[in-house]
This record gives sequence, C-alpha cells and structure tokens, in this order.
Amino acid sequence: MGSFFVLTVFTAFRFLNRNRLRSGLTTVGIIIGVGSVIAMVSIGEGAKFAIQAQVASMGTNMILILPGATSVGGVRGGSGGAVTLTVNDALDLQKKVPTLHETGWAKRDVMQIVYGNQNVNVPVNGISPTYLTIRDWSFTSGGPFTEGEMETTSRVALLGQTVVDNLFVPGEDPVGKMIRIRNVPFRIIGVLAPKGQSPTGNDQDDIIFIPFTTAERRVLGTQFLGSVGALFASTERPEDLPAAVEDIQRVLRDRHRLQPDQPDDFTIRTQVDIGKVQEGTGETLTIMMFSVASISLLVGGIGIMNILLVSVTERTREIGIRMAVGAKRRHILIQFLAEAMTLSMVGGLLGVGFGILGAQATTIVAGWPTIISFEAIMVAFLFSAAVGLIFGIYPANKAARLNPIDALRYE
Amino acid sequence: MTMSHLIACNNLSKTYRLGDIDVEALRGINLAIQPGEFIAIMGSSGSGKSTLMNILGCLDVPTAGSYCLNGRDIAHAEPDELAEIRSRTIGFVFQNFSLIPKTSALENVQLPLFYQGLSLREQRSRAQSALARVGLANREHHYPTQLSGGQQQRVAIARALVSAPSLLLADEPTGNLDTQSSQEIMDIFQSLNHTDGLTILVVTHEIDIAAYASRQIQMRDGCILSDQTSIGMGMRVS
Repeated sequence: MGSFFVLTVFTAFRFLNRNRLRSGLTTVGIIIGVGSVIAMVSIGEGAKFAIQAQVASMGTNMILILPGATSVGGVRGGSGGAVTLTVNDALDLQKKVPTLHETGWAKRDVMQIVYGNQNVNVPVNGISPTYLTIRDWSFTSGGPFTEGEMETTSRVALLGQTVVDNLFVPGEDPVGKMIRIRNVPFRIIGVLAPKGQSPTGNDQDDIIFIPFTTAERRVLGTQFLGSVGALFASTERPEDLPAAVEDIQRVLRDRHRLQPDQPDDFTIRTQVDIGKVQEGTGETLTIMMFSVASISLLVGGIGIMNILLVSVTERTREIGIRMAVGAKRRHILIQFLAEAMTLSMVGGLLGVGFGILGAQATTIVAGWPTIISFEAIMVAFLFSAAVGLIFGIYPANKAARLNPIDALRYE
Repeated sequence: MTMSHLIACNNLSKTYRLGDIDVEALRGINLAIQPGEFIAIMGSSGSGKSTLMNILGCLDVPTAGSYCLNGRDIAHAEPDELAEIRSRTIGFVFQNFSLIPKTSALENVQLPLFYQGLSLREQRSRAQSALARVGLANREHHYPTQLSGGQQQRVAIARALVSAPSLLLADEPTGNLDTQSSQEIMDIFQSLNHTDGLTILVVTHEIDIAAYASRQIQMRDGCILSDQTSIGMGMRVS
C-alpha cells in the first residue's frame, strides 16, 4: 500500500505538470489566501512586538501611584490635585509589601534650562535613585547619581537625549558641563539612552532628572518636606502585579487612615492596563486579516473543485480503463483527492513563499516592522491542505462512483 | 455443469431501461466455457454480444440468471468485489486500444499490478516481460501517440496478460487495424492460446477473425443462434 500512495502522488504531480497553465491558475486562489495570511500575520506580529517594546520602554512590571483628587464640598478636582503621597509612604510600602522589588518617588515641574546662550523649557524631575531602575533608564554617557549625592542635595543632573540635542552642538559631550536650572547651576553627570515615544505619544527623552532632595530644597520648592508628585514601584515578575496592587491599596489606606466608606485618595496604574488597549487593536486587525484570508481560501477551494470536475469529465474514459484493469472505488477516490491536495499544497507552499516576500517588501517599502511567524506558516499550510481535501471530496467521489461500462463508452 | 468449467452461465438475461422502453439485451443465455478454449462471439451490432462480454468480464451484472466464474457465483457481487475479480482473473483488450494517454507503454502495462499493490520493482519486471511477450521490448518508454495502431493494441494485450489472468476478453480487437496488423494481433492470441493455454474470448463481426478461434458462437437478438466447434482446430480440454 505504501508504494501505491507514493505512485499516486507521483501520478498526480505528473498530471498537474502536464496541464501547467491550468494548474497554475487554479492554485492562484490558494496562493493569495495563504500568502495574505502569512504577510498579514507577519505585519500584525511586528506591530504587536513594536507595541510591546514601547510599553516595555516605560519600565516593565511598573506600578504608578498618583495622588488622589481633591474633593471639596462634593466638587472633585483632577487626579494629582492633592498632595497626599510622601516619601514615607514609599519607604513603608517597601517594608510592608513583600512582592515589591523596588519603590521610588518623583516630583516634577517644567523649568527653564540655560546652557551658554541656549535655553529650553523642560520637565525637571526630582527623583529617588531607584526611579531610574524601575523605569529601565540606561545611559549613553556618564552614569546615575548616588545615595550620597541624594543626601547631600548635590546639584547634579541627568539629561534626556532631546534636551541634549536642543542645548548642545552635535558631537559635544555634555558630561561635566554646567547648566542652570531656574538660575541654579547644575553639573551634568549623565546622558540617558533614548526611549522614543511613550504609548500615549509623549517624547520620553525630553526630560531632566535631578536628585529628589535637591529638587524639593533648591529648585521646585515644596508644601511640606517629603511630599511627592508620584510614587513608582516595581515587582520582580509581571504575575505579581495584581497582588502587589491590592497590597499597596491596603497599606496606603491604612497609612492615610481612611475609613471604609471613604474613597481612595490615590490612584494605582500598571503597565498591563496600557498594554491591553493596544493589544485589543491588534486583535481586531488579526480577525479582519483572517476573514480576508478565509474568503480567498474558500474561493481557491471552489476553483480547485471546479477544475477537478472538469478533469473528471475529461478523463472519464481513463477512469473506465483504470476500473477495467482492476481499480477499486477507493483507488480512483484517492487518485483525485491526491490531485486536489497536490494542487492546494503546492499553492500553499507558493503562498508561504509569496507571503514571506510580501512581508519583507512591506518592511522595505513602508518601513513597518514584520515578524515571520512559524506558527502562521504551519497553520496556513495545513489549512491549504485541508481545503484541497474538503473541496476534492465531491469530484473524487463523483469519479469513484462512475459505472465502468459507461465510463469506457464515454466519448 | 461441473467445477471444471471456467465459465458457466445459466439463463443469463440483461434488461436495460432506455427512457420508457425496456431493452432486452440478453434473453436467457446458457453458456459453458472450459479452460483453454479460444472462442469467437459473432453477431451484428445490437445482437447482445458486447453486453454478454461486459457481464462475462465483470464490468456489469446480469438482471437475472446466474454467472459462475471459477465455480463462484458472482451475479450479485458488489462493485469492489467485481473490481477485485477483474484485477486478478480477467484481462481486457478493447477495439480502441484504451491506453492511458501521455503515459509510457511500460506504465500502461504496470497499471493492473499497481492496483494489486505490488512493489514498483515487481511491477516493472513483470510489465517488461509482458511487453517482451508481445514483441515490444524496445518500445517500453514510448507514449501511445508514438506507437502504431498495431503496436498500441499489443501494449493493450501486454497489459491484459501482465496479471496472469485465467480469461482474456477482446472486444473487436482488430476493428481499428489494417489487415497486416490484425493478422499480427490474432497470431499473438493464437500463440497465447496454444502455448500458454490461455482461455480467450474474442467478440468480432469479421468471419476471418472468428476463424482463428476453435469455437464460434453466433448471437442474434440477445440469444445464442449457433455454437459450433471448428473441425481440425481441436479443443484443449484439461
């Protein structure tokens, strides 16, 4: 039986090769179907990867805690309006929430920065040293400030790439240079590696970091020492985020002495929330792609069925001869199924090739990132084989049920 | 009728339905054939000779009556059982050669063995000796269109022989051939009958073709008109 299958497939190939134009045109539907699946999934995966990279650029496993809204006589102000979070909140969270890896804090204000005869207005952030690791910032030049510099309220600054581009001439190393922030001189000790746009479209590199203590005592001022603009925390693993959020809420409510009927005076956000929205968009796109691809596979399958019906009619005499020399129904059935599946699988293979080319062309022409997905290739190829099988059954069965005498007499 | 009969038909009849009319192609045929006979079935078109051959060749089943082949009643066999019998027991030669187009002579001859599920190697070697038997050893890789009518019919004979059948059925085997080729074909049949003891049944309407056979059966209107054994040719009864 083994040799029967090998020879049947061989015969199918030879017959299809003889009618090259017809076979080629028949497979076009499958080629388009499979090709578009591969290309579109590649584009989709590329987009998803880009979004994930963008979310990761905010710092993975990051938890952001913002001060709550002020509520005066039923009128609710905007989030961050009240000063309810402090450095001590952060230190206490670090002690009481075991899943937290690091906690940090920051406060910010937009200030004028002067270097030589250049000036820019940039958000200046007073931060704890831990902030840099929570947000995954790295350096292209120089390095972070130390706990010691934090304690001594040193006048040192870290510059984002956009600020460097605006203040310095290309090629000039800002490290060691002096700038003035609201007329206070600061020494630049590090340049941050660029992160690009945030998922919300902000330029994350248009930023300056200075030690938190320096900021509250020398530059930004404060309502009371230790009040912060926002708390940051990170967990070791993303799975720990939900538990950490619950613990943080409990600890902070306890520290702020909130009664059970009072609302939170803070807001907790995680990267998961931001990523979800983006992935939802990706899923809609994927569903659309799959419906387009299924339609072309369906059309391709009908094409195969059509050409096979023609082929069965054309080769009625041949079927009769095969039956006369001893072919059983299943032999005829398998022969035509093999032809249908050969057509669809060759179409599938060509489709995979065109899909990969299409994805790469998209990257070159449109500049979109694409990732060739091995799973998509396997699924699309198996789908094309299934299309051949399903749409081959009717014509093959028609051939197998022919009466040998009628088939032999057919002109 | 004893078990020694290769073929034993009893009251065999076949009725076709053409539109609203029933056509009685065979009306109660009684026929016994011994192994090793060379028989010619003659008759004008519409006499039922092709219908008889189709039933004897297991391409069709009778409407009524019994048909025993090798002692087995197969009047009511299923299509796949009939295919199995055709594959092992019967070889066909048709008027229009009936080779598969664009397929080499060797592969055409291999076809019955392919459906028997033999290994490619065995298919090859048996097909080669069958082609050699009909004098076409040097035409193995020719396509049907590259062969003359006589050669194509010899390929068809090789294909009928390759599965070592006990019965060879030929429907007007020389109908499309010139005298010279017809003679060659009939010589091969005669040689197969005499040398190998193969039972051969030829359907023809030509008297000089029928003369090669040792027994002539005349049909008319679905009945056997006459059944005579040629004097001098001799019957080979086992």
